[in-house]
Amino acid sequence: MTRTALIFLGAFAAVAMSFTALSLLPSLQLSTIEPTPGTNEYTYDEQLGRQVYIREGCMYCHSQQVRPDGFGADQARGWGDRGSRPGDYVYDDPHQLGTMRTGPDLHDIGNRQPSRDWQLAHLYQPRSVSPGSVMPAYPYLFEVKRKANVRPSEVTVPISSKYAPPGDSVVVATQEALALYDYLMTLKLEPLDSDQNG
Amino acid sequence: MSDPTPSSLSVSTTDPGSAPPAWRRVVDRSTRGPVAAFIASATAWLLIGSLLALIASFKFQFPDWWTEQAWLTFGRVRPAHLNTMIYGWISMAGVGIGTWLWARLLKTPLRGQGLLWTSIGLWNVGMVVGTIGILAGYSRAIEWLEMPYVAFAFIVPALLLVVASFLLTLRERNAQHLYISVWYLGAAILWGPFLIIAILLPIFSGVPQGTANWWYAHNILGLWITPPGLAAAYYFIPKVIGRPVYSYHLSYLGFWTLALFYNWAGVHHLVGGPAPQWVVTVSIAFSAMMMVPVIVVAVNHHMTVVGHFEKLKYSPTLRFVVFGAMSYTAVSLQGSLQSFRYWQEVTHFTHYTIAHSHLGVYAFATMIAFGSIYYIMPRVMDWEWGSPRLISLHFWTTGLGVGAYFTALTIGGVIQGFQLLDPDVAFLKIVEDTQPWLIVRSVSGTLMTVGHIVFAYLLARIILKSGARPDGPTYFHPVPEGTFQVAGGDGTSRAPATPETD
Ligand code: HEC
Repeated sequence: MTRTALIFLGAFAAVAMSFTALSLLPSLQLSTIEPTPGTNEYTYDEQLGRQVYIREGCMYCHSQQVRPDGFGADQARGWGDRGSRPGDYVYDDPHQLGTMRTGPDLHDIGNRQPSRDWQLAHLYQPRSVSPGSVMPAYPYLFEVKRKANVRPSEVTVPISSKYAPPGDSVVVATQEALALYDYLMTLKLEPLDSDQNG
Repeated sequence: MSDPTPSSLSVSTTDPGSAPPAWRRVVDRSTRGPVAAFIASATAWLLIGSLLALIASFKFQFPDWWTEQAWLTFGRVRPAHLNTMIYGWISMAGVGIGTWLWARLLKTPLRGQGLLWTSIGLWNVGMVVGTIGILAGYSRAIEWLEMPYVAFAFIVPALLLVVASFLLTLRERNAQHLYISVWYLGAAILWGPFLIIAILLPIFSGVPQGTANWWYAHNILGLWITPPGLAAAYYFIPKVIGRPVYSYHLSYLGFWTLALFYNWAGVHHLVGGPAPQWVVTVSIAFSAMMMVPVIVVAVNHHMTVVGHFEKLKYSPTLRFVVFGAMSYTAVSLQGSLQSFRYWQEVTHFTHYTIAHSHLGVYAFATMIAFGSIYYIMPRVMDWEWGSPRLISLHFWTTGLGVGAYFTALTIGGVIQGFQLLDPDVAFLKIVEDTQPWLIVRSVSGTLMTVGHIVFAYLLARIILKSGARPDGPTYFHPVPEGTFQVAGGDGTSRAPATPETD
């Protein structure tokens, strides 16, 4: 029995060790990290939008991590002026770092594409602004209604004629679509303070 | 017939040509209910997971197909596919196969049947809740952990019940020597629940959550899915061929190096990301060191099979398991190489990674699971498969399917990776150039799904014992006299020289 116990406990201890090193230590090391400039707690709407981002699994096609200088071509592609830092994520739970780039990295999308009309049209029908895109359309984040029924407080989304609803109907953004837009606009990489340029 | 003690063993092994020793039948029978139920549940999740995979894959060819239904959007179907395959199919299959091996190798009837039945019930409920949860929009969006917490409230107790049953059986063992498969299974059954419980602790956020996430996801592969696969390969290859495993010493070396190195390797998923540099560097180093256990296992299996390759022609079990074992070598060496910074720079974030993970979970673990099930079910059910042609169809659809899948996504992924590194290539051009490879993925996925349906049909037949009783073990071709005469082989007529008898 002692030998058996030794095998299994030894194997177990090996894994407990790496858990401490790879999971707990980074938590401790980064627990005192300061948020980078422009990284703030999410407002209610932004948090709601983040929830939509999580729910719809945008993460399976989009990363949120710009690679550092000298590694990859992210900055040359215009995906951000600096690499992402741990301080950019202090309010992120769950993290949405992502592992796939079927679509572009989004960590700096707020600087790259601030146009609300573009973003909403793109969510309603990506191919209406990016022909050939394979991104899913999210029509259920929008309502199609008669122009006459649109209330002044509602946001109408201009859609190119090929994808626009027929007749006198228009596309109106739901609260979720607007919140998702708000969240996307929080994704901005601001220049670092000089002391963070390590 | 009723004497399960090893004393009957020594009698029958010295008497080649007799019926299998009585204890073995008793032990096999004792596992019938739980093992069949685990394998049947696993197969149901395999079918569901395949369907989800096809929906996700075809959405790349038809992005405007089924977009009104929120629950069928790509970003929900894809994690639902992953979770049903990992926690439904391969985990339950691994436990089913592991349970059978555990009792057999400890030479004692299975204990804790009731615990296992409860486990199966809880586990399936957890999977239903989890899968529907993701599709309904309650995904946690942490890769490999998307199922909402409630799902794990069923699955974790289910796992602990399996642990309990394993310990009860271990306590009553009649085997003096613990064969290497027992090491792998025993370690995995401790590692699995530990990994899941540790990662569900609500203590992570931001970047550290990322490192914990990849520590976990990679370890579920290496310490929960891989060990039962290796345990099965270590058991079935010598068993079917009828000669002892080449080296016991190598098998121990392989075990300890896996246990010590693998669990440090996962965070290479964050190379070039915002994680602390030292964490990533440690992971790369250990990923490279993983070559040791992999080469050790590969040499050991190769030396066992060498000179007996002609048996692959006949035995379904051997053919699937050897396919899986070779894939294990391939996927692990690939894993070690791709953790290096240069290759990560190219291939990370591309379909190349998806190809790699299917080489692991499918070409290795799933193929070994199929092969093991072909061996186990006739003994558990006391019935034969009966249709070599359908088994053959299953082999070729899945084997060619995963081969084409892997090749296409590897090539497509590397091209995608180099294009991403070139800022002059417009992004939409990359999207366009990836399309042909994704078409191959949909086609090969369809092929694999056909194989799964065939397999599920065969499994249903053997569990229901439908039709006339097929006679004799099922081989792909008529077996020439003497092929499996060394000892045991795939049939039940001979007592094996390995591994139980040493
Ligand atoms: C199936 C993969 C996929 C999914 C899922 C996906 N996208 Fe995309 N996304 C793409 C692709 C491909 C592009 C590039 C082509 C284009 O502009 O549509 C893109 C582009 C974008 C862009 C423009 C980026 C730029 O640099 O101009 C934004 C913003 C975006 N996606 C947001 C989202 C959001 C928000 C979600 C979740 C609701 C999402 N995406 C889900 C594939 C995807």
